[in-house]
Amino acid sequence: MKQRYQFHGGVHPAANKTQSTQTPIARAALPSHLVIPFRQHAGEAAKPVVQAGEYVLKGQLIGAAVGSISSSIHAPTSGTISAIDSQTVVHPSGLPDLCATLIPDGKDEWIEHHAVDYRNLSQLELRQHLRRCGIVGLGGATFPSDIKLRALKSPPGKNTGILIINGAECEPYITCDDMLMRERADEIVRGTDMLRFALSAGEVLIGIEDNKPEAIAAMRRAVAESGLPFEVVAVPTIYPGGSAKHLIRVLTGLEVPSGKLPTDIGVQCFNVATTYSIHRALDHGEPLISRIVTVTGNVAQPQNFEVLIGTPILELVAQAGNKPDTNRHIIGGPMMGVQIPSDTVTLTKATNCIIASSPALFPPLPPTLPCIRCTRCAEVCPVELQPQDLYWYAKAKDFAKTQAFSLFDCIECGACSYVCPSHIPLVDYYRFAKSEVRARDAEKQAADKARIRHEFRELRIEREKQEKAEKLAAKEKAAMAAKQAAPAPAAPQTDPENTVQMKIQAAIEHAKEQAAAVKPKNTETLTPEQQADIAEIEARRARIRELASSHVEQPKEN
Amino acid sequence: MFEALLAMSAIAIVLGAVLGYSAIKFRVEGNPLADKIDAILPQTQCGQCGFPGCRPYADAIANGTAEINMCPPGGEEGIHKLADLLGVEFKPFGAGVEPKPKAVAFIDENTCIGCTLCIQACPVDAITGAAKQMHTIIAAECTGCELCLAPCPVDCIIMLVSEEKVSNWKWKYPMYALSPAR
Amino acid sequence: MRFSPFINKPITVSQIMLRVLLALIPGIVLYVWHFGPAILVSITLASITALATEALMLKLRNRPIAPFLQDNSALLTGWLLALSIPPLAPWWLIVVGTAFCIAISKHLYGGLGNNMFNPAMIGFAVLIVSFPAQMTHWLTPHGLHQIELSFADQLEYMFFGILPAGVTLDAITMATPLDTLKTHLHLDEPMKQILDMPIYGRLAGQGSEMVAWGFLAGGLYLIAARIISWHIPVAYLGSLFITAGIFHLTDPAHYVTPLFHWFSGAAMIGAFFILTDPVSSPTTNKGRLIFAAGAGVLTYLIRAFGGFPDGTAFATLLMNICVPLIVVYTQPKVFGKKGARR
Repeated sequence: MKQRYQFHGGVHPAANKTQSTQTPIARAALPSHLVIPFRQHAGEAAKPVVQAGEYVLKGQLIGAAVGSISSSIHAPTSGTISAIDSQTVVHPSGLPDLCATLIPDGKDEWIEHHAVDYRNLSQLELRQHLRRCGIVGLGGATFPSDIKLRALKSPPGKNTGILIINGAECEPYITCDDMLMRERADEIVRGTDMLRFALSAGEVLIGIEDNKPEAIAAMRRAVAESGLPFEVVAVPTIYPGGSAKHLIRVLTGLEVPSGKLPTDIGVQCFNVATTYSIHRALDHGEPLISRIVTVTGNVAQPQNFEVLIGTPILELVAQAGNKPDTNRHIIGGPMMGVQIPSDTVTLTKATNCIIASSPALFPPLPPTLPCIRCTRCAEVCPVELQPQDLYWYAKAKDFAKTQAFSLFDCIECGACSYVCPSHIPLVDYYRFAKSEVRARDAEKQAADKARIRHEFRELRIEREKQEKAEKLAAKEKAAMAAKQAAPAPAAPQTDPENTVQMKIQAAIEHAKEQAAAVKPKNTETLTPEQQADIAEIEARRARIRELASSHVEQPKEN
Repeated sequence: MFEALLAMSAIAIVLGAVLGYSAIKFRVEGNPLADKIDAILPQTQCGQCGFPGCRPYADAIANGTAEINMCPPGGEEGIHKLADLLGVEFKPFGAGVEPKPKAVAFIDENTCIGCTLCIQACPVDAITGAAKQMHTIIAAECTGCELCLAPCPVDCIIMLVSEEKVSNWKWKYPMYALSPAR
Repeated sequence: MRFSPFINKPITVSQIMLRVLLALIPGIVLYVWHFGPAILVSITLASITALATEALMLKLRNRPIAPFLQDNSALLTGWLLALSIPPLAPWWLIVVGTAFCIAISKHLYGGLGNNMFNPAMIGFAVLIVSFPAQMTHWLTPHGLHQIELSFADQLEYMFFGILPAGVTLDAITMATPLDTLKTHLHLDEPMKQILDMPIYGRLAGQGSEMVAWGFLAGGLYLIAARIISWHIPVAYLGSLFITAGIFHLTDPAHYVTPLFHWFSGAAMIGAFFILTDPVSSPTTNKGRLIFAAGAGVLTYLIRAFGGFPDGTAFATLLMNICVPLIVVYTQPKVFGKKGARR
């Protein structure tokens, strides 16, 4: 049996998973309308490439990735784009963001798509394909998967990189990964094989928490039938054991250094749902337009649905049967989820679970008392922080101190708030402190940029002044020379004039030197990586142009 | 008596030599205090402090000729930071000097006549355009100093307060009552 | 709008404090068994005073009263103080002490969670410095009485200062075993002869050693119920044992056994109930070990060489001062920073 390691802390909240695993994954009904946000992934929001009124096919690109960290957005079904405007999205801010509204025509007609032969694609082409298919991490972070697909280096003491497939699903109530593994284990294994190929990983570990015996059995069977050398490892059930860094620790004993990524130690981690959608993208050429979602909590029949991205949350919940005392809906689990800010919000790629909540299910918090420094939070913190100290400094807005106490290592898992006997919303304080620190850093950067631009402008003005003086001097000199040459040998130049000339000359040279010093780096000395990136961008541009001309009516130039 | 005098003089000479040596050895070029002050200032280069830019204001504070509460874009937090750095008391903003919400300039392109006056006024080169050509603000570079508003002969520049968006939203300070929420 | 997490472990400060109070009960029962019910009167007085002072201070500080009165923390402070001072004392002694604990050493520092020092021990220190005479009149355990005083007589003394005719205070009270030991060692009496005195039992003081067993049992319950961590009791009792052991081994005629130190004075209640106060003790496990070990050594030094018979209170307060420093230097390494030093 594979050796498993431990990490500090963790909690054991009631799992509440069995309610929603009684029935197989159902296909959700085609909704009346879909609202598809253009920002469904970490990084830059996608840029709309369709216009209101346009007819789109299922799987058609409607939002193109922009920038290095971004992903694509597709039409989840065929129909007409009725609007591209700002609508409230699932976000703790409750603020609106750019969305496309799609009215389905009921035909559900696919755009032309076909499998790709990934073994004969270059790494770059493979990444581009996944980026075009809008594949992002479905475990919750929605980090674009294409960026994670670079050949792995070897971890210390090993010959080959390690690929980890995350089927831990540690948060209570959520069962979408569990059901996916039970029902579509073969597809996940195929996806895993593709990832292993793309990463050239030697070792493949599939980690599943031991409270999902059916999923473990299904995955073991699929792996055995495929004959691939993957290992399905049952890991102890503990929250937050599904956090990528912690699962890596449990399975390999390696600790991802603070501020680093798993890839820096030769490990890469993908969620099972992501792995499944990678299989769909490569074996079928399908973009990511639907996902499995758990609908649970205060509903008549908690169950899992396969749902189109953009489906209104409440329309989906209704299919599981509304109950009258439901007072709010939570997207995600009870530990890290977000309360939906409005009844109109729709499902995104990140939505793994919808919990209909009632006062009986999630009772309101008892009154908050001061911190008594009991350190129950420190005992359960999976990152070994001192939450009581962090809270103290965040509360006092002493952000320098919060950073000294490793604020940014906090994974916001909520274990500290969960155990706090004073019911202090600790994580809210950390989130507040983090966003303040980030905003301040951004402000500082903007100020530094403004300073440089201002200094450069002063320099430029000075240089222009000198250049003018130089021209004027040259003109005078020419005039003088002409005067000297024509009538009679003139008197030798007077000393003061001479010194002025020299001074000007010196100043010009000085300015030139300074100008040369601040010259921006040009594009001649590029690393191969940068060149590859440029090539990638060029290729993407070409492809978008091609796509735009073939499927999308070009916006009229006027 | 004599020994004491001798000892004191010896100590004085030694310490003086050490001080003199350190003054040469650890000499710092420029004015580090002004640099530190300048690093705190928001670099809007708006001149609301009465100095032609942030650096001159920093120099003035360093020389002790300017108060620390004259920079509205820096906000009260800026004053607090300056007070901490200089070891002086916090001073609130005077009457009429108050920070405004962060904004960027916007040129109404239909009205702009292409006179370049705003381009010349912009302290951070955040306006593009040429004579008789329409001008436009590079919003990412604009510090919101408002120096372009006055020179515009057709008043085509307005300040747009930056909106809160999903991308720049900040978590609020948690407010929880100690008493039961009933 | 509420943010995650939406679920909470069903535990409250009030329940934690209540369990600590419950854990004191075995000790209190044995106290009553060996020394009579007077302690119950002083605990009641302390409880009433603690709650009244807490309410008054909350009102003055403009804080909500109900949630804080329900947190049981004031009650715990009152109980600990009552258990630290002689039960047969004028009523105002415990009232003044408790009021001082709550008003000065808790609320003037910012109330629950903000006191730097253990409030009960501040109260004890104030009483022993201000009223040293009243603080030495400890009850004699049953069986050693020259005169048996009825509960009614005790109450009369506590509230009106009247003793039955012909009874002097000295006849019904005595010095603590630690105090007696110290006095007699000063007179150069041999250790054996001192320990053969009737006030000494098997390990330490007659009766009081049994009360210490009661606190030990309650403390073990607290560790088992995960209310306190093992670090402080183990380090405190360990360092007290080791220090006392070294002295005892070098000179058994002048230094009493480590077990005597464990079961006398406030060592047991200190180890499990006083030093473990979360607010005034370190928050890191390594820090807890250092803190409690320091308190153990200090307790011994004060007992053996200091001016007071017991040292737990002052050792606690002295180590409380060091807590911020200890915490800074014992920060655990964060996940992912194991390799690098902070």
